[in-house]
Amino acid sequence: MWLTVDHQTRYTYAQPVRAVVQSHRLTPSAFDGQRLIDWEITVSDGVMGSRFRDGAGDQIQAWTVLGPVSEIVVRVRGTVETLDLAGVLRGHRETVAPQAYLRPTDATRADQAIAALAAQVAGTAGGLEQAHALAGAVADAIAYQPGTTHSRTTAAEAMAAGQGVCQDHAHVLIAAARHLGCPARYVSGYLQAGADGQAHEAAHAWAELWLSGLGWVGFDPANRCCPDARYIRLGSGMDAPDAAPIRGIARGVSREAMDVTVAVTASQQ
Amino acid sequence: MTAFFNEMYQGQQVRAPYAALGDWMQSMPAELRSLKQAEAEQLFRRIGITFAVYGEGGDPDRLIPFDMFPRVFTAGEWSRLERGIKQRAKALNAFLVDVYGRGEIVRAGRIPGNLVYQNAAYEKAVVGIKPPKGVYSHIVGIDLVRTGPDDFFVLEDNCRTPSGVSYMLENREIMMRMFPDLFRANRIEPVDNYPEILRRTLASVAPAKCKGDPTVVILTPGHFNSAYYEHSFLADLMGVELVEGQDLFVEGEFVWMRTTEGPRRVDVIYRRIDDAFIDPLCFRPDSMLGIPGLMDVYRSGGVSICSAPGAGVADDKAVYTFVPEMVRFYLGEEPLLQNVPTWQCGKADDLAHVLDKLPELVVKEVHGSGGYGMLVGPKSSKAEIEAFRARIVADPGNYIAQPTLALSTTPTFVNEGVAPRHVDLRPYCLVGESIELVPGGLTRVALKEGSLVVNSSQGGGVKDTWVLAE
Repeated sequence: MWLTVDHQTRYTYAQPVRAVVQSHRLTPSAFDGQRLIDWEITVSDGVMGSRFRDGAGDQIQAWTVLGPVSEIVVRVRGTVETLDLAGVLRGHRETVAPQAYLRPTDATRADQAIAALAAQVAGTAGGLEQAHALAGAVADAIAYQPGTTHSRTTAAEAMAAGQGVCQDHAHVLIAAARHLGCPARYVSGYLQAGADGQAHEAAHAWAELWLSGLGWVGFDPANRCCPDARYIRLGSGMDAPDAAPIRGIARGVSREAMDVTVAVTASQQ
Repeated sequence: MTAFFNEMYQGQQVRAPYAALGDWMQSMPAELRSLKQAEAEQLFRRIGITFAVYGEGGDPDRLIPFDMFPRVFTAGEWSRLERGIKQRAKALNAFLVDVYGRGEIVRAGRIPGNLVYQNAAYEKAVVGIKPPKGVYSHIVGIDLVRTGPDDFFVLEDNCRTPSGVSYMLENREIMMRMFPDLFRANRIEPVDNYPEILRRTLASVAPAKCKGDPTVVILTPGHFNSAYYEHSFLADLMGVELVEGQDLFVEGEFVWMRTTEGPRRVDVIYRRIDDAFIDPLCFRPDSMLGIPGLMDVYRSGGVSICSAPGAGVADDKAVYTFVPEMVRFYLGEEPLLQNVPTWQCGKADDLAHVLDKLPELVVKEVHGSGGYGMLVGPKSSKAEIEAFRARIVADPGNYIAQPTLALSTTPTFVNEGVAPRHVDLRPYCLVGESIELVPGGLTRVALKEGSLVVNSSQGGGVKDTWVLAE
């Protein structure tokens, strides 16, 4: 499938800031399930900084914007050919040891409720079957309900609330998997919203679990499936902040407002 | 009662390294001695060097007590130590390159993967990065104790930013000013070239993108930091800029320093700021001390950071146990310096042994420092031991135990004259294009009679450390 993305992030500052530094993880991952047709990232008034592939295989691109500036627009446009690999991250070049993804972070620490959720599936056969059961249990435990959680909500808080968005689903699944000794990580990317209305968020996030024999496999509790041809994978991290597609800091004190629009559409080949 | 190795006396005999100091000591009447002591204190105050060793905290304006009686090594003793220290520094760096690369030592089953990859100091962000010359830890501070003529043990390794080297330099400076005759009569290896060797070491790890003479800076958290004196002292002696985070910025592919003549590119940053704070874009987002975007420049080879981010995984207390294994694995040699045998109370077998032998052991908190929260079994009352036993049982994973080492003593000036006091040693090994060790280091001394705790927060002082020329 060919997916076309138009993703725009507009930052506006109440007072002009002196400079802005950003680190982007906005280029689709290189693996067997994705092939770039064309891809362009622009930053208004931006100076392109260093570019490299990190140990997790993500393409990182740094940018600086010299001020004074009161508005910055980051625009991502492009087309990717995708293939349904049933969530398996085949052919992805990376060097970070899977064990490094066992360490809990503030956002993904398992509390008693998450430990209990994990215990529900602990008896199953392990491996792929257990991972599916766990993702299903997370989907059951947390109802999709936008507006109830925010960007800093932790897995434990989302679990207690019983509702949240894709970020919360991913955090709880990661916390539970790590609790069971299974390396797990947060993945950010895009999702094509289907006509059936099942897919909720175009700027999307899910989790990957390390399964012996298969390697990293994606699970999307929010949509009760594994990533398929509707998904574009950008990058990964220990949790949402660590995997953020855009990380940025402005020099100079000012109130920042952010406005994001994302459109992902299937296009003709 | 344990017999302690006295570095000056063997029975009535004076050991060779101290031959010249016997007369010096005899020739100093009490009045002259207190006069000299007062003079030393005044010099230290004038310099402005005050209490802050190894991040122990405490009153920042208190002087750390200086003992005028030097601690002495012969050339032969030192060359053995030097080989051991350099060997260890080399192995620690090989380990760091490996665990951020293919992780062969883990694959080979020589160290458990969880100790490395789940370690809080392991930085996933630098996996796959090979810093210039393959060096992660450029200044390795190795804490040593001595128990006999040829017996040295490593207490811990410091691979991040070991402090205290300014004391090594100042102690020597002040001794030379007060006792010039001693330095004329004895051939003592100089230590004052340390700043120059440090500068050369830092310049030797400039990134490939740097053409020409590299610009080196020291990055400090600021004047409120307890080691600020040392930061500015080293910057002065090396002739490099002392900067704070706000003095540097990232633009394009490089890091720049604001100067009165406009921005100047920076190639090597000797940082005295912890990993967590150096770049809010990569690590703690609330850090005000760092430089946003620094890690992207570093990871793409635009700047060198010393010590390299992630170096801390090599000096963790649990990883320490495996350093001898690193020496064998990477260098194919037997370790020249020994570790202190260590029991992990988190392991059931070890815990049973520790609880059984508590009155004989030293027990420490895994993440403790500064000599707080520890038990020195042989120096503690029954009640103290029992109270500590309860703490260990309540949280075994938080404690490690080691045998009580019979730390060597050296003569030290006390109120009643001269008396033996226990000492340790921290030499500073510099690793860049080559591995260098200045002949000397920082000797800490437990000034309280019988005390084995040399930390300045617990009544410790410092001494000048001599290595005699051949």
